[in-house]
Amino acid sequence: MYAVEVERLTKIYGHGETAVTAIADASLQVKPGELVAILGPSGSGKTTLLTSIGLINEPTRGRVILDGTTIADDGWRKGLDLKRVRREKIGFIFQAHNLIPFLTALENVMVALEINGMARREARARATELLEALNLGHRLETYPAFLSGGEAQRVAIARALANRPKVILADEPTAALDTENGKNVMALLKKLAVEHRSAILVVTHDHRMVEGFDRIFDVRDGRIMGER
Amino acid sequence: MNLAVRDIRYHRGRFILTSVGLGLLLGVVMSMGGIYRGLFADALSISHATRADLWVVQQETSGPFAAISRIPEDIRYRIAAVPGVAEASPLSFQTVQIERRGKPFRFFLVGYDLNGFGGPPTIIAGRGIRQKHYEMVVAQGMKMGLGEKIRLGLHDYTVVGITGKMVSSSGDPAAYVGLADAQEIQFKSNNDAIRNQRERIAARLAGLPTLSPPQTKLLRQNITALTESTHTVNTVVARLAPGANLQEVQERIGRWNHFRAISDGEQTEILTKGMIEKARMQLGLFRIILLVISAVIISLIIYTSTIDKIRTIATLKLIGARNRVIVGLILQQSLLMGVIAYAIGYGVISLTYDRFPRRVELVASDLQSLFVIVIGICTVSSFVGIRKALKVEPAEALGG
Repeated sequence: MYAVEVERLTKIYGHGETAVTAIADASLQVKPGELVAILGPSGSGKTTLLTSIGLINEPTRGRVILDGTTIADDGWRKGLDLKRVRREKIGFIFQAHNLIPFLTALENVMVALEINGMARREARARATELLEALNLGHRLETYPAFLSGGEAQRVAIARALANRPKVILADEPTAALDTENGKNVMALLKKLAVEHRSAILVVTHDHRMVEGFDRIFDVRDGRIMGER
Repeated sequence: MNLAVRDIRYHRGRFILTSVGLGLLLGVVMSMGGIYRGLFADALSISHATRADLWVVQQETSGPFAAISRIPEDIRYRIAAVPGVAEASPLSFQTVQIERRGKPFRFFLVGYDLNGFGGPPTIIAGRGIRQKHYEMVVAQGMKMGLGEKIRLGLHDYTVVGITGKMVSSSGDPAAYVGLADAQEIQFKSNNDAIRNQRERIAARLAGLPTLSPPQTKLLRQNITALTESTHTVNTVVARLAPGANLQEVQERIGRWNHFRAISDGEQTEILTKGMIEKARMQLGLFRIILLVISAVIISLIIYTSTIDKIRTIATLKLIGARNRVIVGLILQQSLLMGVIAYAIGYGVISLTYDRFPRRVELVASDLQSLFVIVIGICTVSSFVGIRKALKVEPAEALGG
């Protein structure tokens, strides 16, 4: 079973003469434990593809299946609790780490667990374990403002992994990092994809960062042009 | 995890400063309420302390506080003889302003019959007036010590006792002297004025050719006695015998056509509705304006704080936070700010209320109502921020 299945996904913004097709007939499948890159220049539609898979942007047409659950079939599936699916099945990593500034590193990971209904004590233990695994055991009580870029991004990765999602969506996760930190983050994602059996989709426009991906989808003008 | 508390903990400096500012504003609202209540208490302090059932005053006046009333002192005997009246006592009131220690010193002087009632209700230091002349009891607000002397009219008066927070309806502290002293202070002219007055009467009588010299002399003596008499009072207060009908007694006194008998209830209404109504409305309006300002300030603070957290809110939504988590974050902060500001305001006003120049009466029910209003304002004000927060799209968390 695939972790992510996208069939002929199309997203059109606006109506009539002002309509803009951001993604047209995109299809892809990602297995659990796979690290996949969606590579393309700015405005190519790669983020729209990611947000449609991530239940943020409603697809105009096409089907999206996450971990065996159909979430979109020519629009969102009726009766689907989008927030619940996001909580339980998807982890997000952002370009800017998007940590909550008034929570410590530990609390930033705990919040994702508590939102998903986990008891505080259990959430604390899981968050601590994750952060220690990412070599952040000494930064548990540090606020994001006092973390380096690489540390903050690792906390964001820990938060994305906290609920053991089947799918992790990363939007330009290395854009705010220098090359060395960027490569470290990509290596970490690769390791985690294998360890956690999560499908990781990374949107990037940086060709230097595509080493180590299992597959690469090239996106141009809203279409998947090919797969490497 | 309580996100509101975490946010406040992180931005504690900003939160404390905002709460202090808001607290001071709420302190002003509380003081306005206290001043409003104080106006009532001040207006009624002498009236209530007198514990009279009836205030007999000059006809067609609303005296003795709201209008000038002058009646002969000896009317007390006629009033005491009215069926149903247990006791009657004359009272004299006047506002006195003198210079003391180089500053204007203003107070409300009450003259009372030492054998009657209407004197100082309690003595908290020293003693009551025992001598017929030149002793006085002063309210705490006069800030005078026992044994201190003060010159009023032609004589020095010695403070022999201190009474509580007795003030006039305009907030001036009260002082009590014997009736004769008060009458002398109010009505007795100085020697030069008396001489002038006598000369003027003599000159007028000399111009009447129909009067013989003995008649002129007799008439002059009588006119002088009348004009120089100080046996006038502002009111005669009466207490009714148990079971007496107030209305009947009022009507009987009114039938004499020269006096008006005002019941204690009517006197209270004259004092509260007539004399302080505008001040009361003014204060009420101020309180409303200040509450509206507080609401606007809280709304702005909450809205600005929500705008600051747009990306955080979008991130929370993206990781699947329910709306109640977002609503809780904003609403709890707003309520916490209101509660803390209220506590600060209450603390400030509790420490300072007795230093106000006029009485500030903090009534528990007023403070409780204000607390409910503040909570209501905080809840309503947070809607602005909540509305904004609920409109935030999770997609706003994406991008650089």
